[in-house]
Amino acid sequence: MTALTIKDLNVWFGTDRDRVDAVKSANFDVGIGESFGLVGESGSGKSTILRAITGLAPTWSGEITVEGKQITGATRDRAFYKTVQMVFQDPYASLHPRHTVDQVLSETLHLHGFKDINARVVRLLDDVGLGGKFRFRYPHQISGGQRQRVAVARALAGEPDILLLDEPTSALDVSVQAEILNLLTDLRDEHKLTYLMVSHDLPVIGHMCDRLAVMKDGEIVEVMETDDLRHGTAKHDYSRSLLAASAVA
Amino acid sequence: MSDVTSQNQSWREWLTTDAPTSRRHARLANLYQGWLTLRANSMAMFGLGILLALLLVALLAPVLSPHDPFEQSLGNRLQPLGTEGHILGTDSLGRDILSRLIYGSRITLYIVALVALIAPVAGLLVGTVAGYVGGWTDTILMRITDIFLAFPRLVLALAFVAALGAGIENAVLAISLTAWPPYARIARAETLTIRSADYISAIRLQGAGALRIITKHIWPLCISSLIVRVTLDMAGIILAAAGLGFLGLGAQPPSPEWGAMISEGRRFILDHWWVATVPGLAIFTVSLAFNLLGDGLRDVLDPKDGSQ
Repeated sequence: MTALTIKDLNVWFGTDRDRVDAVKSANFDVGIGESFGLVGESGSGKSTILRAITGLAPTWSGEITVEGKQITGATRDRAFYKTVQMVFQDPYASLHPRHTVDQVLSETLHLHGFKDINARVVRLLDDVGLGGKFRFRYPHQISGGQRQRVAVARALAGEPDILLLDEPTSALDVSVQAEILNLLTDLRDEHKLTYLMVSHDLPVIGHMCDRLAVMKDGEIVEVMETDDLRHGTAKHDYSRSLLAASAVA
Repeated sequence: MSDVTSQNQSWREWLTTDAPTSRRHARLANLYQGWLTLRANSMAMFGLGILLALLLVALLAPVLSPHDPFEQSLGNRLQPLGTEGHILGTDSLGRDILSRLIYGSRITLYIVALVALIAPVAGLLVGTVAGYVGGWTDTILMRITDIFLAFPRLVLALAFVAALGAGIENAVLAISLTAWPPYARIARAETLTIRSADYISAIRLQGAGALRIITKHIWPLCISSLIVRVTLDMAGIILAAAGLGFLGLGAQPPSPEWGAMISEGRRFILDHWWVATVPGLAIFTVSLAFNLLGDGLRDVLDPKDGSQ
């Protein structure tokens, strides 16, 4: 069994003449405990795949299987939300501006049906390296990196198996990026998580992932091992040009 | 003495801290921050002062008013300003205008409070549900809103009062029924910008239902702009109530409602101008106070301002 299997996935927005095909017959699978990367320039449809999995992009066709269970339509059941969680790109937009850290985490824990909410909030904050003194702050009282830690804590609250990471560091400073990436690596070891990570930053993917898929214009052009990435032995032209561009940068 | 100041100091520190220690502490600190912003706006504080004074006057009406507002004395009618015992003069039936103004503040507050409870709540409900659910629900709710918006407000209120019967409660109801559509529009517009935000997606991914998202996540962000709009509308609401009173469809004589008082004074406006002018000035002052406070509240509560 795989953690996540995507088969012939198409995602589109709009109808008829306005229709935009964001993802075209994508195929890949992510093994249990694996960390899989999706790479491509902006607009290549990599984030859209995550949104289709979570039901945020309701118009799709194909097959999505999560831990052996096939998913249909745009609605997901509670079991799905306890298995799959997502960390959003921009920590400035993903926290409710009028909810304290405590409110965000307590509500999430309440929704997942936990009873010992207070103890769990404290433990979650410890897990992501935020002390108790951040518990009752509003998002505007903490920094971007700290916000992203809160967002990670929220994603972990339901004790999921699979974490979808939508460019979790692209909105952060370089020094903070490294902190968050290390945190994610540690959490993966600790909680035996499966990662599906979207990024346009090849070094980040190289650091975090075992395998990756390169996307261009909504299509997956190549799936390769991270080792291939390191040795620069990509097969497809576009992957090679992407590698070359990143090497210069 | 120094003990008291140091205690004040520590209270202030406790309230302005960046690291609250409990849920209540966080909420209080946030409120205090808003209060500080409001306090820095002197015009808003001026408006707030007038409104607090109005509240006090309404509460203490029996103590403050020098005469019974309904006591007539035909021998003493239409006394000018500054008459002994009647500082603001008397009206056509010899009733003390000051006392009637003081008792009238109760009616004004009653109208304002009831409309402020009914109209924005109805508008918020309709607007957020339409905005969040979308589709057919949105179309139907917003077309109903459009129909209400298409009527001139006072004319619609007149029709309602005519159908329901004259009286202050029916006037309030009529004003509320005509006042909610703009709130629904604002709430819907706010909801449309909020509904696709990442933090709404995030809570949806935790399995939250539409009801929870609307009441706990969208309402807190809409309410601030509605509060601002309500305070700015209050002037209009007072004027609409006064207008209905003026036309004889709101408060009925001998009730000392301010609009009704102007209506009574209108007959003598050329020879005894103060009978109509004094309640007019009262309406003007309270309306102005609400506008000033509304402006200040906008600075404090604006949800687009990320810092608060």
